[in-house]
Amino acid sequence: MEEEKPWVLISEVGGDHGYLAELADIVKQHFHIICYKELLENPELYGPKVQALLNWKFCPVVEPELLRLLPSLKVVASGGVGVDHLDVPFINSLGVKVANTPGVVSDSTADLAMALLLASARRILEGHQVAIDPKTVLIPQRLMGVEVTNASLGIIGMGEIGHKIAQRAKGFDMKIVYHNRRRRSAEDERAVGAKFCESLDELLGRSDFVMVAVKLTAETRGLIGHRELSIMKPTATLVNISRGQVVDQNALVDALQSGRIRAAALDVTHPEPLPRDHPLLGLPSVLITPHIGINTFTTARRMVERMVRNARAAVEGSPVPDEVKLQ
Amino acid sequence: MMRCVHFARRVTKLWAPVEAPGLLKVTNLQRSACHLPPKKVMAEEKPWALFSEVGGEGYLEGVIGIMKQHFQLICHKDFLKNPLVYGPKIQALFVWNCYPAAEPSLLTSLPSLKVVANGGVGIDHLDVSYINSLGVKVTNTPGVVSAATADMAMGLLLASARKIVEGHLISVDPKTTYLPSSLMGVEVSGSTLGIIGMGNIGYKIAQRGKGFDMRILYHNRTRRCLEDEEAVGAIYCRNMDDLLKESDFVVLAVNLSPETKHLIGHRELALMKDTATLVNISRGLVVDQEALLKALQSGVIQAAALDVTYPEPLPRDHPLLSLPNVLLTPHAGTNTNTTVRKMVQLMVENAVAVVKGSQVPNEVKL
Repeated sequence: MEEEKPWVLISEVGGDHGYLAELADIVKQHFHIICYKELLENPELYGPKVQALLNWKFCPVVEPELLRLLPSLKVVASGGVGVDHLDVPFINSLGVKVANTPGVVSDSTADLAMALLLASARRILEGHQVAIDPKTVLIPQRLMGVEVTNASLGIIGMGEIGHKIAQRAKGFDMKIVYHNRRRRSAEDERAVGAKFCESLDELLGRSDFVMVAVKLTAETRGLIGHRELSIMKPTATLVNISRGQVVDQNALVDALQSGRIRAAALDVTHPEPLPRDHPLLGLPSVLITPHIGINTFTTARRMVERMVRNARAAVEGSPVPDEVKLQ
Repeated sequence: MMRCVHFARRVTKLWAPVEAPGLLKVTNLQRSACHLPPKKVMAEEKPWALFSEVGGEGYLEGVIGIMKQHFQLICHKDFLKNPLVYGPKIQALFVWNCYPAAEPSLLTSLPSLKVVANGGVGIDHLDVSYINSLGVKVTNTPGVVSAATADMAMGLLLASARKIVEGHLISVDPKTTYLPSSLMGVEVSGSTLGIIGMGNIGYKIAQRGKGFDMRILYHNRTRRCLEDEEAVGAIYCRNMDDLLKESDFVVLAVNLSPETKHLIGHRELALMKDTATLVNISRGLVVDQEALLKALQSGVIQAAALDVTYPEPLPRDHPLLSLPNVLLTPHAGTNTNTTVRKMVQLMVENAVAVVKGSQVPNEVKL
């Protein structure tokens, strides 16, 4: 019966970049798994059997060289909502669909956004380091953070994730403004008490916390640069949970070093991880997490289940629920 | 110089005739009145207050001005240089971070003391009945501390759940060459939050938890009204055990009293889920620390995030400091300039009210 299951290509199980065993088990219920390394041992034999490719944390890298080995491929099912790492038009041109996992990642990513905002504002990392430092003999009086309650939050990108961030921020009585390509409905705005800012500059000028939650496109690449950072308040914090390329990293280093903004909290950088001598790593006002926006067992499981669902639909010839269709 | 003597002569005409040595004295006084702005004269009329210190362990420089508006201040170090002279002048004692300690050794040298005004809402470090027995009132600063403390509680909960500190350390580690796929945290959205102590702070925590679609349970000495419960979607647990069994995150927001000392011990920790996280923003003594240590070491609970310990700070060889599943912050629950200012303002307001004999906004009554 094992032979009858369709073949799926994944990066690896375990190891540095791979799936946790429990997640691989979800895939195994419906597919015969072949790992990238195994494929390369005999691509002529294994390649034509592969009907689906599961892309997790950008691995395996979906390049023409790989796709050429997979003549029977029907779908690239990516984990996560961002597809900026996939050349969708090229993949489609080969008759292969692309699917992502919207929705299931939103709560977890919004939670992480708030976690970064609070950890930065209240200096939790420094607090912990002081609390456990062998040299600490007194409770420090100088470790002062900035107030979150009643502060202004400016959300750039008010998609599903941005809206959920607004919902969470509302619980802290934050004053919420947002900037988006399209204005959301009055109902959506009312639900989270958010005001639309037609002008990005206006949002930047009035916010204590600037939250970047857009997807990476040609329009959003370098969206936050020298100019935008200098419009921000010197007491403001930048939080980025979108993609590293949305922010001009050199401009960010500059702004932090010169005190043009107070701090930055980043789940994403470019590249990931940063080179070990990158100036961002040495700045005390920077909090960086290693792209863990969706890193909970609950969410990872849901994502893999969605990826499997998308892959199965493509293999069976049914409509793919989360097919990425470009305009 | 000539002007001053002239001024003094003028003044003596208004006053009763003074002998020559007295004239000198008057001249000196008038000289100070000439050379200093009127405010300084007013300063003599302000009541005296004893406080710990500026900087160091004490107050931020920026807030001393608030205290000086209403009080002639003397710091503890200066007071100790001449307690017999300064002691009888002092009508208010400002206590911040438990300093100066309002103990008999100090209080007996403050015969004119009317109030011990605490900065902060917790007063477990003050023997209120003893202080009251001296005819001295105790005040604290509830309300103004609540938002910042609730924010801290959520900050700790999220940082622990999503492994923010670990994540950062990996991100900046010189040895890191790839993103780890195994740094997994626990889901906050949709999880169950159990709040023990539903006062001002506990309630604000519930309000924040609701934004994350958390299921909120609470335990309190008295049940809150239906309206309060509905506003944050909180479910009352008359029996604390039920809350402990069902919660993914247990947050302690009680004040420290004989009833709440070691409220969370071996038994309570064993009732909690082994996937649960304990968050403490109340007082270290509310938790039996030895029991907590054992529970964390043996996986009885998953993690702890503590803004408070006993003592503070912990001894440098304390095992809690080296557990990977413990997040500690150095009692920073109210550490924002905004909140510290509000606390000092309220602390001063309380003291002014007592000294003037008006209605005292925040007297701690047993």
